[in-house]
Amino acid sequence: MRNPQLNKNGELQHLLTLDGLPRDVIVSILDHAAPFTEVAEREVKKLPLLRGKSIFNLFFENSTRTRTTFEIAAKRLSADVVNLNVSTSSTAKGESLLDTIDNLCAMHADMFVVRHAASGAPVLIAKHLQAAGRDHIHVVNAGDGRHAHPTQGLLDMYTIRHYKHDFTQLTVAIVGDVLHSRVARSQIAALNTLGVPELRVIAPKTLLPAEIEKLGIRVFHDMSEGLKDVDVVMMLRLQNERMSGALLPTPQEYYKVWGLTEEKLALAKSDAIVMHPGPMNRGVEIDSAVADGSQAVILPQVTFGIAVRMAVMSMLAGQ
Amino acid sequence: MKIRIANGRVVDPAHQSDSVRDVFIAEGKIAALGDAPAGFTPDRTLEARGLIVAPGLIDLAARLREPGFEYRATLESEMEAAMAGGVTSVAIPPDTDPALDEPGLVEMLCYRAEKLNRAHIYPIGALTIGLKGERLSEMAELLEAGCFAFSQANEPIVDTLVLMRAMQYAATFGFRVWLQPIAPFLTRGGFAHSGEVASRLGLPGIPVAAETVAIFTYLQLAKVTGVKLHVTRLSSAEGLSLIEQARARYGIDVTCDVSINHLHLCDADIGYFDTHCHLIPPLRAQSDRDALSAALADGRIDALCSDHTPVDDDHKLKPFSESEPGATGLELLLPLTLKWAEDKKLPLTTALARVTSDAAKLAGITRAGHLAPGARADVCVFDPDARSCVSRESLKSQGKNTPFLGQTLPGVVRYTLVEGRLMFER
Amino acid sequence: MPQLPDAETLCRQLAEQIRPCLKPNTVLIGIRTGGEWLARRLHALLGIEEPPGAIDISFYRDDYGAKGLHASPQRTHIPFSIEEAPVILVDDVLYTGRTTRAALNEIFDFGRPASVELAVLVDRGGRELPVAARYCAHILPEPLPASQNLQLEETEDGNLTLRLIDA
Repeated sequence: MRNPQLNKNGELQHLLTLDGLPRDVIVSILDHAAPFTEVAEREVKKLPLLRGKSIFNLFFENSTRTRTTFEIAAKRLSADVVNLNVSTSSTAKGESLLDTIDNLCAMHADMFVVRHAASGAPVLIAKHLQAAGRDHIHVVNAGDGRHAHPTQGLLDMYTIRHYKHDFTQLTVAIVGDVLHSRVARSQIAALNTLGVPELRVIAPKTLLPAEIEKLGIRVFHDMSEGLKDVDVVMMLRLQNERMSGALLPTPQEYYKVWGLTEEKLALAKSDAIVMHPGPMNRGVEIDSAVADGSQAVILPQVTFGIAVRMAVMSMLAGQ
Repeated sequence: MKIRIANGRVVDPAHQSDSVRDVFIAEGKIAALGDAPAGFTPDRTLEARGLIVAPGLIDLAARLREPGFEYRATLESEMEAAMAGGVTSVAIPPDTDPALDEPGLVEMLCYRAEKLNRAHIYPIGALTIGLKGERLSEMAELLEAGCFAFSQANEPIVDTLVLMRAMQYAATFGFRVWLQPIAPFLTRGGFAHSGEVASRLGLPGIPVAAETVAIFTYLQLAKVTGVKLHVTRLSSAEGLSLIEQARARYGIDVTCDVSINHLHLCDADIGYFDTHCHLIPPLRAQSDRDALSAALADGRIDALCSDHTPVDDDHKLKPFSESEPGATGLELLLPLTLKWAEDKKLPLTTALARVTSDAAKLAGITRAGHLAPGARADVCVFDPDARSCVSRESLKSQGKNTPFLGQTLPGVVRYTLVEGRLMFER
Repeated sequence: MPQLPDAETLCRQLAEQIRPCLKPNTVLIGIRTGGEWLARRLHALLGIEEPPGAIDISFYRDDYGAKGLHASPQRTHIPFSIEEAPVILVDDVLYTGRTTRAALNEIFDFGRPASVELAVLVDRGGRELPVAARYCAHILPEPLPASQNLQLEETEDGNLTLRLIDA
């Protein structure tokens, strides 16, 4: 079975997941992203690369933040961007996902940026486009269910490379709700591919998926053990609905045990960086003193995110 | 109509026989094997040199989708599929719409099937009204209407007191109860086996405990109530070992079956979210599949079925978790039995027993599933050496949904006879 | 095969062409990578105050649609304001004029320069756009065939040399 994100020649046709993406492809995206970071400092923050291309932001699940970053990236590349909050339009009227796609194809879409609550939805769209022979249309996964959030994973890798340079010397800890996190899955895949020798997750057992250790990580439940001597701390967002599913007792207890405070962060290396994909729940998974502290690189992550998304879009559309 | 099937290799698992003989059919029954009965002049002779002559297959689970789901499949289309697959008897789970909880519905279904004159149907009645797990169905009436057992299909009874009473009531009459081991709360919201594959793909998982907890409950209640329990569609090695323990330690009379999908596939086959692998129960680990395969070979699992569930394309062309579970299978039961025999190097008598004589035993069918003189002349004649590719075009079933699409499988059915009538030839 | 002139000599000749026309606030912008080396050299020879800028025109190429993104684009780096500045755009070889077009577009995304002049080491002919160099050290007597690439290289000891390779 062909990897649905690669074309017949093994080149990147869609960006659906970082799991199984070859190392040189990941590195090449990061390399391409670097020159795009400079564009934001220009008088005219725009490049002509995607002039005349139509990019549809298809958000079947609301996320103003992610949609905005993709929109900015696409607009800086001069693309025409159409935002569709599908959760409030056609699917509510019973239209199927693939019918929606076919309709937008008829409007000569060049790229779909897809956010969907169900794992694998962008893969389905990519397979559908392939079956229909629409090889000129590209799909970028902007987060699907618990499966993947590849551009977030890539911007995290860009950030780590920016501050730490060499992945093969690092100890990285991912902290929090791995079970529901597409971000964590993309991070785990990329960090393993890039050769991080010690990758840890720290979480209660209720927030870890089955057989997670088979994904190439060491599992910790205790922050003081898991954070010891790490170079990079990657926090995950904890959603409030986790309390109602009997996964956790209260946000207060979670904060007490797994919230990142200055005290706990002191166990990591002194030059460790702290990352968070946003939006943050201050006082739940992270203390404000850490979030606003000198080790946090949370805002640079956002800036790099634009460049990484510009790189992904221009690499896909230029093929 | 008198038919002679000439020069075929007759494999009759019920009688452990496997030899080249002629089969003579008259008045819908097997008239003789080997030498023609006195004065037998065939109206038609089917040349079967190089072919295998076996009892027509008995499929313990085939959803023909009537009544209620005619847009997915109809009795007509699925009966054609059965004939093309050499399946001459099918047990029908009660999860139609409405469910098979009323004698009238069952009678109508039997009447429709009889008129079509293809495979014999053996409806399984709903254990509770509407499969809701609240009120008992009229089991005695349903039995009279044609049901041979009672089940909840894939709708587990949540209230264990209702479950115990349903078992007690069924046991009163000696009825068989067929139950799919599903612990409802542990299954809720899950779509794939809790394991590395689901974790990687971000698919909410269904733990093995969802099966074992249910089996344990069923076994305990079977022990208490004395009901004849049949556990359907096993998926895990753990579940299997619970059943073995119950038989060995407590002498509980419990039987079980497995589907062709779980015999051949595991969670890794989901690949890139292949919704054809969205099944109930979920495809489990490779070690589970291997354990099930070994247990089916040595008879710890009693029978193999297709768990035929036609689903239309629209309901499969969806994200995995939103897609409809199930796979078509009537036409794959024989090829996948043969492939299993090949893979495990099993004698044909053993492999075919699981879809003929052993299945007949579980469904209480005595007149078919074997080829002794006097038996109903349900016969499947197939070419064991021919191979064919499973494709949307090759499938007669209205459901084109199977994880085996594109695979080349052994065994091509040449003739299917039902009660001595030639219903299919290729 | 034409005899290729010595790049170091051409470089000095180019500087002398530019020198009389220099304004006090003239800035240099080299097109990566040959033009960037050249701009650095001119900067030293002409004693210009502002360090030269360097632009990578990968994001402005007109063949992106057909060929995709360049394999390893680099940062564009212009360390001064070009608003109202007299700019000399520096490239090693002038050919179709498409690179110059892309570079002009990119420059204007940084602001409005007072003027832009083009300085090149070699004009190899084969223009496809209305582009001409104000300063040019050498014009090849015969245009080069499209099958050949003329490019500037920097040797290990820091010397510039011209090289002709088959495309």
